[in-house]
Amino acid sequence: MKKSTLKTVLSYVSRHKFLLALLIIFSASFSILSLYIPIIVSEAIDLAVGKGNVEIDKIIPLVIEIVIVAIITAIFQWLVSIIANKITFSTVRNIRQEAFKKLVRLPLSYIDSHPHGDVVSRVIADAGQFADGLIMGFTQFFTGVVTILATIVFMISINLKIALIVILLTPLSLFAASFIAKNTHSMFQKQSVTRGEVTSIIDEVISNQKVVRAFCHEEETLSDFDKVNEKLEKHSLRAIFFSSITNPTTRFVNSLVYAFVGGFGAFSVVSGTMTVGGLTCFLSYAGQYTKPFNEISGVVTELQNSLACAARVFEFIGEESEKDTPTNTLTSPKGDVTFDNVSFSYDKEKTLIENFNLSVKSGQRVAIVGPTGSGKTTLINLLMRFYDTDKGEICIDEIDAKTLSRKNLRENFGMVLQDTWIKKGTVAENIAMGKEDATREEIIEAAKACHAHNFIKRLPKGYDTEITDGDGQLSLGQKQLICISRIMLSPPPMLILDEATSSIDTRTEKKIQDAFAKLMKGKTSFIVAHRLSTVKEADTILVMFDGNVIEKGNHKELLLENGFYTKLYNSQVEPV
Amino acid sequence: MNKLFKYMSSYKKEAVLGPLFKLLEALFELFVPLVVADIIDIGIAKGQEGKGDIIKYMLLLVALAFVGFVFSVTAQYFAAKASVGFVTRIRHALFSHIGKLSYSELDKVGTAKFITRMTSDVNQVQTGMNLALRLLLRSPFVVFGAMIMAFTIDVKISLIFLVVIILLSVVVFGITLITMPLHKKVQTNLETLTHSTKENLTGARVIRAFCKEDDEVSSFGKNNDLFAKGESFVGKISALTNPLTFIIINTGIAVLVWSGSIKINIGTLSQGDVVALYNYMSQILVELVKLANLIVTISKSLACATRISDVLEIPFIEDKGEEYTSQGDVSFENVSFRYEGAGDLSLTGITFSAKEGETIGVIGGTGDGKTTLINLIPAFYKATEGVVKVGGKNVNDYSEKSLRSKIGIVPQKATLFHGSVRDNMKWGKKDATDEEIITALEIAQAKDFVMEKEGGLDFEIEAGGKNLSGGQRQRLTIARAIVGNPKILILDDSSSALDYLTDLNLRRAISTLPQNPTVFIVSQRASSVLHADKIIVLEDGVVVGEGTHKDLLDTCVAYKEIYDTQYSSQEGTK
Repeated sequence: MKKSTLKTVLSYVSRHKFLLALLIIFSASFSILSLYIPIIVSEAIDLAVGKGNVEIDKIIPLVIEIVIVAIITAIFQWLVSIIANKITFSTVRNIRQEAFKKLVRLPLSYIDSHPHGDVVSRVIADAGQFADGLIMGFTQFFTGVVTILATIVFMISINLKIALIVILLTPLSLFAASFIAKNTHSMFQKQSVTRGEVTSIIDEVISNQKVVRAFCHEEETLSDFDKVNEKLEKHSLRAIFFSSITNPTTRFVNSLVYAFVGGFGAFSVVSGTMTVGGLTCFLSYAGQYTKPFNEISGVVTELQNSLACAARVFEFIGEESEKDTPTNTLTSPKGDVTFDNVSFSYDKEKTLIENFNLSVKSGQRVAIVGPTGSGKTTLINLLMRFYDTDKGEICIDEIDAKTLSRKNLRENFGMVLQDTWIKKGTVAENIAMGKEDATREEIIEAAKACHAHNFIKRLPKGYDTEITDGDGQLSLGQKQLICISRIMLSPPPMLILDEATSSIDTRTEKKIQDAFAKLMKGKTSFIVAHRLSTVKEADTILVMFDGNVIEKGNHKELLLENGFYTKLYNSQVEPV
Repeated sequence: MNKLFKYMSSYKKEAVLGPLFKLLEALFELFVPLVVADIIDIGIAKGQEGKGDIIKYMLLLVALAFVGFVFSVTAQYFAAKASVGFVTRIRHALFSHIGKLSYSELDKVGTAKFITRMTSDVNQVQTGMNLALRLLLRSPFVVFGAMIMAFTIDVKISLIFLVVIILLSVVVFGITLITMPLHKKVQTNLETLTHSTKENLTGARVIRAFCKEDDEVSSFGKNNDLFAKGESFVGKISALTNPLTFIIINTGIAVLVWSGSIKINIGTLSQGDVVALYNYMSQILVELVKLANLIVTISKSLACATRISDVLEIPFIEDKGEEYTSQGDVSFENVSFRYEGAGDLSLTGITFSAKEGETIGVIGGTGDGKTTLINLIPAFYKATEGVVKVGGKNVNDYSEKSLRSKIGIVPQKATLFHGSVRDNMKWGKKDATDEEIITALEIAQAKDFVMEKEGGLDFEIEAGGKNLSGGQRQRLTIARAIVGNPKILILDDSSSALDYLTDLNLRRAISTLPQNPTVFIVSQRASSVLHADKIIVLEDGVVVGEGTHKDLLDTCVAYKEIYDTQYSSQEGTK
């Protein structure tokens, strides 16, 4: 899993082979050169021992060398950042784009069965995290490793014994850091659990603040909140404090190393195995030597994290897309629809629809009624090929729908669902979804046809008001009206109305029904409805129960049968 | 902004001691290069006899390191305590403040924003405060301390420090300041990406039904490119920081070595002094970079703090006013209402009256103003024009609490809270006995299913009532309103998920309530209101009919239409 993730990452990154090679060369040069500067400084300091004992003419070229090396080093450092930047952002952009492409090609079964938040976090947050890790890896990992190795070589070349002090003692700070991290882990867990509790109270109470107020329950909710809030205070304090000991501890170890280098280094100077310049150089290495270690350990966790994130994105990209291999096309169909021995279930262990047969003639109106979970919406899912049948075929004008491209099939259906969905944008844009080049007049005409014009014109900016799915600006009923307007604007040959008017009051509904009637004239249409009053005029009413059609006929015939439909119908009529 | 500081007041001690200990630690750190200089100038200069001095200085370094460690840990503790305590109090204040805001204010800000303020914004403030207490004083102190120490060694040579510090500050802070707003801009691009991803999940069916997949991919692609370009641009600017500072500091060192060696030659400086100055130079760079990062964090936190403070500054009206004790009569006198920020009136010139004990039906279509009307009775919103009276007095003159405790309201959305059935029922009456609760459940037609649940009244309801069906939730919210023996009972379309028979039984049971409350039934169903003493027909925010079912059938076209659409279906069976 991990290996294959790494491979995939590399396959993306290796599109930039040349840049990658440059990156490695530049970071190595940068690290080595930046370590070389203290050596020049130490040489210069050794040339200035004391009063009257300074070789100025030898020092000046060294000083110039420092400046030149510094400039070259800086250029390398800059190039490293620029290249890493370029590789990272283009890689992440490609990954995001592919993830999004996947998103629109995923089968509905995936979208229905996976939490949306999870998908969003894969495409957005995980991809971002991956970018951060990648850029850190590029800029700090190579340089860190090279710096450590080069420092060791430089130190040993100056003085072996002192070098050993630094090399052996420094890892202590890493141990200390990982020890603290291990022991604070449980505190952080507690903190995040409590934080979760706080968030869920906030979520519940603030979202329903109006109910709280209606029942004057402010004080009670506040005191409940305070209990958890104080618990969070306790847990946060522990987690934050104990983890914040890390920094002082590693710095303490660092200072100890510094002290020992200072002391023992001075001994070596006294005994003549090292110069004062050498000591200075050592001190500057000792001061910086832990830095790449800390950086690398940081980078390693970051990289692990970012690989895990990458794995999640790649897993998503690797999901199977819907296959679309059309062999037929549908052009202005008559609208004969047949279900031939269709079987389907979402959960392979529970059968839902079995050996379903239905034949609808062009222009007929089919209503589907039945209790929740009886499979009404499932038929719609199959008609639109949001899901494909397990067995049997659905034919449009005697062409198997599976041999058509989904796009071609769907173009020929107009659909309004119970779950209204509004795209972020203006009201006009939302209505014009099915016909992008619609004129304003056409849009208004469509809105008027389904009685949405009145409330739309009362919105702050009328048809140009920005709306989104989540905001409370529109009521459910109003959203439904907008969704219906979409269909009115570009009526396709066949219609699907899945509880399209469930949130609209009966009077408006009646008016819309009239508009629908006009719209449906001569078109094959499927209507799923809860309110039976809306389906009475259908040519065929299918009464579904547990995935099967148990009764079939028009309103009058079904009432005469005195079966399930009659029961359902009577339950909706006021017992006077 | 300053308003937030009062929540720091219980942590004055910590807020002072934290930075103080940090400063002490920094002070010890500043001594280190001086000690090293002494090792070189005194210890090494003495040769073999200097070994004792060297050991002494080395131990001094160890001691400095240890004291620094202790001080720094102490500082971390105080900083953590103050920052965590600070935001705990802010969270409390926010929660309590939001609990006092009027419905209009709640609408204006919106739930999502309140939640963000209380969660991520508050967390950001905690991080910022913690870092500020630890580093805000320390880093500048080290920078200037190092410079001052340099001055004590040699005044003229220290001018190099001054120049280096100024140049470094310009680069570090300049780049930080330039990139900060750019980061923000890039962030908004990211939000666009997040939004279209979400949309393509929630709207998958519609997008596919309209065959919009390719359009969506290309519009995502455009924004994706924009975002990547933005990120990359900001990255390029930030990438300048390190190389530039590297050049500045090393040029400084070069000049230092050069002029230092001249001074050593004349004898005004020792070799150890130059080494010490060299060490100070390195310290400065480290601290300035820290300071720049700190400023980024703090400015983010400040932005969050301002947003929090804005919420806390939303004014609320103190709940004072008379106790509500009188009758359950309700009257509207020429009442008009407009939601804040809305273009048009939602209610216009509403006048009607209801006597105690009467049942009033309110009927109308989607968006005709039914809910708005009944929301004026408990003074959730205040009438824009005209007067709403309860018990003969303007509702605005009552204390909200006493008024609302006598009005039982069942909102359209059946909201229950995490907790037992009993806990939820007690919302209606804080000290309700089990008996009272069961009576209320019975009236609300909820007793049977509650008793069948595991634990009965102790049955745990999940947040939002997710483990109950829509109809069950609705009946529980009705029971919750009845528990408090209200004088006025308002049912806002609260039987939509009930079948006709249950709805009927519910209405019958309510009419037997002993305290004989005034009942408002809001509905789209004619059947729910036709037995009411008076029916008010709303259309587009205006009363278009008022009277009994019989009267209205003759006099009100709108009512007749509603009735017909729902009852024409009966012809067949009658």
